[in-house]
Amino acid sequence: MKIYDAGKVFTGLALFIVFLTAPIWLSGGKSASPPEIRVDTPVIQRLVEKRCIEPTAYMKANHMELLDTWRQAVVREGEPLYVASDGKKYRMSLSGTCLHCHSNKDQFCDRCHNYEGVKPACWSCHVVPQELKG
Amino acid sequence: MKSTRRTFLKIAGLSLLGIGTKPVLDAFAAGEEAKIIKAPEALKAKRWAMVINLKKKCPEECRDCVEACHTIHNVPEFGNSKDEIKWIWNEPYGDVFPDQENKYIGGGIQERPVIVLCNHCDNPPCVRVCPTKATFKRADGIVMMDYHRCIGCRFCVAGCPFGARSMNFRDPRTFIRKITPNFSTRTKGVVEKCNFCEERLAVGLLPACVEACRERMAFGDLTDPGSEVRKLLEANFTIRRKPHLGTQPQVYYIV
Repeated sequence: MKIYDAGKVFTGLALFIVFLTAPIWLSGGKSASPPEIRVDTPVIQRLVEKRCIEPTAYMKANHMELLDTWRQAVVREGEPLYVASDGKKYRMSLSGTCLHCHSNKDQFCDRCHNYEGVKPACWSCHVVPQELKG
Repeated sequence: MKSTRRTFLKIAGLSLLGIGTKPVLDAFAAGEEAKIIKAPEALKAKRWAMVINLKKKCPEECRDCVEACHTIHNVPEFGNSKDEIKWIWNEPYGDVFPDQENKYIGGGIQERPVIVLCNHCDNPPCVRVCPTKATFKRADGIVMMDYHRCIGCRFCVAGCPFGARSMNFRDPRTFIRKITPNFSTRTKGVVEKCNFCEERLAVGLLPACVEACRERMAFGDLTDPGSEVRKLLEANFTIRRKPHLGTQPQVYYIV
């Protein structure tokens, strides 16, 4: 069997494979380093006990489900208060409660979401109070 | 007692079962469960309703009720009637009550504009046509919108006989004069309307328009004979918008 223009075909294939795997070569074979999240906003620094409304591990893994439950409760059931597992009460509000402490949205929310490639549509409607002042 | 292999195996099995259940019981006993509750100061009713007194003439150029509502709810102003977003607004008498046959009701009511808003109907057509249940009726009668779910199909705009619904054809953010941070804005492609200030009722406050104009507007529980709205309804003659359509509007007008 004879391949016509074998040289061109194989060069082309080789170039294609190099192009396809370029991200691996360019990053030196290492995975991108996870983003460092800074949580030391002024409000958090003033907290005596530096703890979110639930334990940090739970919040890291389940904040999206928690927020979904909040949305359901506030909008559809008309129930605005969240009693955390330690008995403390919070008003369920993304702009009011979450962003009150985590006032660095671009650090706290966006860095992880960009890294993970998730694009929640929260901020097309919900207001970032810190951005209003600017 | 003679210990047979049979009894030994029984006891061993039961002990194992005991060891197995302990962690499960511990897990149930450990820690309080987080829960979601209503605010204790919330205003409660079986059926919210509003009464508007058209006999009392509004002062010239007064827009207090509209301003109060549109400011706290981040309602944009596009400056043209095609894109206009309305939660509460003025309309000529003839357009508000097209089926009123009495020509001369007196008091100059027919010559003055009438303040209109979502009627929070008992039988709301907007709720029936909504394909995503973004619009729904709460147990206390408020016809509520879940903007998260709205897909912008505008069936509700077509379904509402009172024009109480507005579509965001453009991104409203840049057209809001001053954003109130504790209430969300809307986004392009979402329908919006009056929510009877459910977010204020939930923290024990009356609707913003009623608070801005206590003389002409009243709000309360229709099922409570002692409420302000019931007293007004019993003492005055009232009409509602397009009653023949059977939507059962819950905004009453004293004429």
